[in-house]
Amino acid sequence: MRRHFQAILKLFYRTLLVIPLFLFSPGVNSFASTQEGVNLNAANDSVFTKEKIEKKAEGFNAGDMIMEHVTDSHEWHILEMGHFKLLIPLPIILFYDGQLYTFCSSRFHNEERSYQGFSLPEEGPEKGKIVRLGAIPGGPGVYDFSITKTVLAIFISAFLLLVIFISIARSYSRNRNKAPKGMQSLLEPLILFIRDDIAKSSIGEKKYEKYMPYLLTIFFFIFLNNILGLIPIFPGGANVTGNIAVTMVMAVFTFILTTVSGNKHYWIDIVNTPGVPWWLKLPIPLMPVVEIIGVITKPFVLMVRLFANMAAGHIITLGFISLIFIFGAMNVALGYGVSVGAVAFMIFMNLLELLVAFIQAYVFTLLSALYFGLATIEPEHH
Amino acid sequence: MELITPGLGLIFWMTLVFLALLFLLKKFAWIPILKALKDREDAITDALTSADKAKEEMKQLQFSNEQLLADAKNERDNILNEARKIKEKIIEEARAKASEEAGHITASALENIRNEKMAALTELKNEVGQLSIEIAKKILQRELADPKKQEDYARHLLEEINLN
Repeated sequence: MRRHFQAILKLFYRTLLVIPLFLFSPGVNSFASTQEGVNLNAANDSVFTKEKIEKKAEGFNAGDMIMEHVTDSHEWHILEMGHFKLLIPLPIILFYDGQLYTFCSSRFHNEERSYQGFSLPEEGPEKGKIVRLGAIPGGPGVYDFSITKTVLAIFISAFLLLVIFISIARSYSRNRNKAPKGMQSLLEPLILFIRDDIAKSSIGEKKYEKYMPYLLTIFFFIFLNNILGLIPIFPGGANVTGNIAVTMVMAVFTFILTTVSGNKHYWIDIVNTPGVPWWLKLPIPLMPVVEIIGVITKPFVLMVRLFANMAAGHIITLGFISLIFIFGAMNVALGYGVSVGAVAFMIFMNLLELLVAFIQAYVFTLLSALYFGLATIEPEHH
Repeated sequence: MELITPGLGLIFWMTLVFLALLFLLKKFAWIPILKALKDREDAITDALTSADKAKEEMKQLQFSNEQLLADAKNERDNILNEARKIKEKIIEEARAKASEEAGHITASALENIRNEKMAALTELKNEVGQLSIEIAKKILQRELADPKKQEDYARHLLEEINLN
């Protein structure tokens, strides 16, 4: 009994430690290796059975489960109960050696997990990636343009945004100069908030209008995807804003807009920073280098902040779910006992994530607006 | 490693969708919405400004109305005062004239009375003198019919004169 208790404690600490470690260390491999120790070889035929358990008679692997949920996938898993699996197969689009291959991801559902010479391994270093069978190193690579789970979620959210905002635009033109109604009155405060408290205050009265469409689009795109990510079932549940490619694209857009709209004053300030002693600029251009690094750091930070916040939220929630299975693998009753606390924590985390969903959308939009403001600020006339 | 390695396909699709979304939302949602919001704000500002102006005008109007009313009242009072004064003056004048006339009439009446009286008195005196002379003549005729008596009387008269 004592031994069990110590094992539980150890597990608990490890799970907690692993999350920040995983978030802040560059090597994610360490995460996986640490998690190996968490694997529990328990004879588990209890309430929740996982496909893996049956296959390999191995214990529940929290790390794998979390990674599977947080990262992108070629199939949209909705439900798994014993042998019954509910999933949406998604189209695979591949470029290999100058040729285009398109087929359904359900083609991979065979013993070798391969189709037309491509395979989608379920484990190993290439797990979740489509590889060419028998590819030689240095040969042509597989370019994967598949409609993955995240891409589909992006499509869905883009469609939702279009439907919502075009209908709102319609109701604006329908009751012109009247008080807002329905959906319009729900979203109008947010639009006004972005206009008055983000755009006007960061960019200034004169130039804010040019950036409004971009700011509104990123705000509502991030906000909607953050919210959808909290909904556990289809069409929600995809970790869109917690995917680094998505945040990277948005950060790059902000970077491009900032760079394009940068005026003379902005560039002069970068090359010849005012208020800095001359020997920091000549003969070694220390300050210009620091400033240019800063220009690149800004969008990089935007990318990492949103990604890390959203991914962390998902990972923590999944971590609590994993606790139930880890304890359940030791003892069914213990699993039930832990579930009470875990569910309470998950509810708390979800409420926190609701707040984070808004805050992160707000922060991304505000910082983008601030960068645009910095790029377009007119020099003060003394 | 997949978590922090951006996938090529995802970057491609995200860029595509995001650009399309940005374009479509800008054209069909953001520009109409922002324009409608601005129009509404302008309309509200205009309405408030014109309401304020109307209020101000009303106040002005009310003020001028009051002014007019006060002026009219003053005018009326003035007219009334003047009329009263004129009335009093007329009455006063009439009274003065009347009393003067009365004085005249009285004076002439008195004069007349006095004249009449004088005439009457003169006539009476004349009559009385005539009568006295007549009587005296008669008495003297009678008295002085007897010479004795004539003598006595003369004596008596003389005595009287002496005594004086």
